[in-house]
Amino acid sequence: MNTLGRTIRTGINSLLLHKLRSMLTTLGVLFGTSSVIAMLAIGEGASYEAQEQIKLLGSQNVILRSVKPPEDPNQGNQTSRVIAYGITDADLSRIEDTFPGIKRVVPMRILPKEVRSGATVLNPRVIATRPIYLDVTGRLVFEGRFLTSEDERTLKTVCVLGTEVARALFPFRSPLGERVKLGGDYFTVVGTIAPRVPLGDDPAEAGIEVTGEVIIPFETARKRFGKMQVKQRAGSREMTEVDLHEVIVEVGDPEDVPLVAQASRVMLGKFHRDRDYEVVVPLELLARAEETKRIFNIVLGSIAGISLLVGGIGIMNVMLATVTERTREIGVRRALGAKRKHIVTQFLVETVCLSVGGGLMGVALGLAIPLAVEHFADMKTIVTPTAPALAFGISAGVGMLFGLYPAWRAASMDPVEALRHE
Amino acid sequence: MPIDVVADLRAVERVYTMGNNRVAALDKLDFRITRGQYWSVMGASGSGKSTLLNVMGCLDRPTGGVYELAGRDVNTLDDDDLSDLRGAKLGFIFQSYNLIAQLDVLENIMVPLFYQDDPPPDGEERARRLADRMGLGSRLGHRPAELSGGQQQRVAIARSLVNDPELILADEATGNLDSQTAEEILSLFDELSREGKTIVFVTHEAHVAERASHVLRMRDGRAEEVIEQRAISSAGASA
Ligand SMILES: Nc1ncnc2c1ncn2[C@@H]1O[C@H](COP(=O)(O)OP(=O)(O)OP(=O)(O)O)[C@@H](O)[C@H]1O
Ligand SMILES: [Mg+2]
Repeated sequence: MNTLGRTIRTGINSLLLHKLRSMLTTLGVLFGTSSVIAMLAIGEGASYEAQEQIKLLGSQNVILRSVKPPEDPNQGNQTSRVIAYGITDADLSRIEDTFPGIKRVVPMRILPKEVRSGATVLNPRVIATRPIYLDVTGRLVFEGRFLTSEDERTLKTVCVLGTEVARALFPFRSPLGERVKLGGDYFTVVGTIAPRVPLGDDPAEAGIEVTGEVIIPFETARKRFGKMQVKQRAGSREMTEVDLHEVIVEVGDPEDVPLVAQASRVMLGKFHRDRDYEVVVPLELLARAEETKRIFNIVLGSIAGISLLVGGIGIMNVMLATVTERTREIGVRRALGAKRKHIVTQFLVETVCLSVGGGLMGVALGLAIPLAVEHFADMKTIVTPTAPALAFGISAGVGMLFGLYPAWRAASMDPVEALRHE
Repeated sequence: MPIDVVADLRAVERVYTMGNNRVAALDKLDFRITRGQYWSVMGASGSGKSTLLNVMGCLDRPTGGVYELAGRDVNTLDDDDLSDLRGAKLGFIFQSYNLIAQLDVLENIMVPLFYQDDPPPDGEERARRLADRMGLGSRLGHRPAELSGGQQQRVAIARSLVNDPELILADEATGNLDSQTAEEILSLFDELSREGKTIVFVTHEAHVAERASHVLRMRDGRAEEVIEQRAISSAGASA
């Protein structure tokens, strides 16, 4: 005869005697458990996405970006003026010449140019940059080749398309050797590169829908398009002059990243009157993301702890009432030979069955919620295998903990008193 | 001490103290019950009958004197030992049946076996036989709520027999039953007595007491008189 098995079966039978009450009692633990799992999954998913994006920026990189300073209201609404801001060529040389421990530096200009082929017009991100862009950003050539230093030196009008752009412009044929019109000039397609998640908003030209990229040689762009960019607005023309929109500084040793970040901030702070730049350090973002996640986990843990505590108290409350209600039964069992430990076991098993039942349903719900969130809110969620195990273990523990007192109360009853109980 | 003494009470007292009030629910009780005897305990309400049964059933301890059950002095036993003793040597039958609501008939009969350290391997077989004998063979899967009072009391009697006890204690076992059902239950007790079971049966009713071999009349916690109504046929029985 399997004693524990029978005790569990009897316990479940006792609980089933009051189905509604047992159901309601488990709700606390059910929601506690499911919210732990769901929140962990959502948190984990969000942090994973953040980390992936940060990793795309390159954890060994320090990224300097030009930021258009807020408009000076004193300047009035001039119809035509030139706003010069951002990272300058001089900044670039200073970085290249004086910064310690840097491996490669990639200057980039973002050009607000339409790209056409035949009747198709696109507004992709047009990037003028150096050949090392490919290596530093870890992109892969899909077809043909990337830009070369030969292209730079001879100011070739060649371009490399992101595969999305290539597909949009040349849906049924290879883009290699085709010519696209960029502003007023024709560029020959020499290759395509595989897509990746976009870097985020282009700080220089917010508002332009970025659909893939077109990459052209840095020097060619300088020669052909200059530094000035003109934007037509209702009733006014805005001209901006930016040397470099973005500079990726690749550091040789990850250890040196904070140093280079610091040097960049100091240098830019010294040479720029306005804050017309920002320094993005993926490693710092990563650290910050991790810190955010840690805080999130603490908050989450507290919420989960409180909800499970409340659930546990609910269970304890009901079990205390049950013990009182079943005083007579306890007396009878004691008369028939039950020891205190048998009574303790019986009520503890019942409490654990309640909380584990709630825990199991909570795990099921907790696994369903992330699916729903992914489906309806289009957010990434990650259920780590430890989360359901943890939640389940905790719910069983809660049952144990909060079952102890009612069980002890039941076991310490005087058999005679218990038998006399109405 | 001869083996066939089942219960031996020597100057047993059970005193309740409430503030300065002392109530002697049992006052210097002296008697012994040997195997096969059928005792009936009578007395007015509050005379201490239930208290006596609680002490004899090892649910309560005497506050004075010595009570030996099957040769063991209960004052020397701890709570767990008393549980063991109840489970092994005693059968209880209550006025209000006291079956366990969430268990079916067969499980209810087997409850005393659940708590034994090494339950008999043929426990279920035994429980089924007892149920058959009590006329409950077709009710094994029923819950107590689905049974009549008489049927419930039969389950309780089967339960009290499943551990083959030395002593069966019944507190007004027919008190909740109509006279015909009570008569059926009393016949069962007669039958058990004829088989050699030792029984202590608390009752208010004289005609019930007539069936017993001994009548213990109680008054204010004292044994007013012990009447031996008939000798017990089984070997070695003596008053
Ligand atoms: N827990 C207790 N505390 C104080 N006094 C008690 C307690 N239990 C019983 N008594 C007293 O002991 C005496 C005997 O009570 P007991 O229940 O044994 O009577 P009884 O003969 O079984 O009566 P009845 O026929 O009504 O069942 C009573 O005076 C009662 O008040
Ligand atoms: Mg009584």
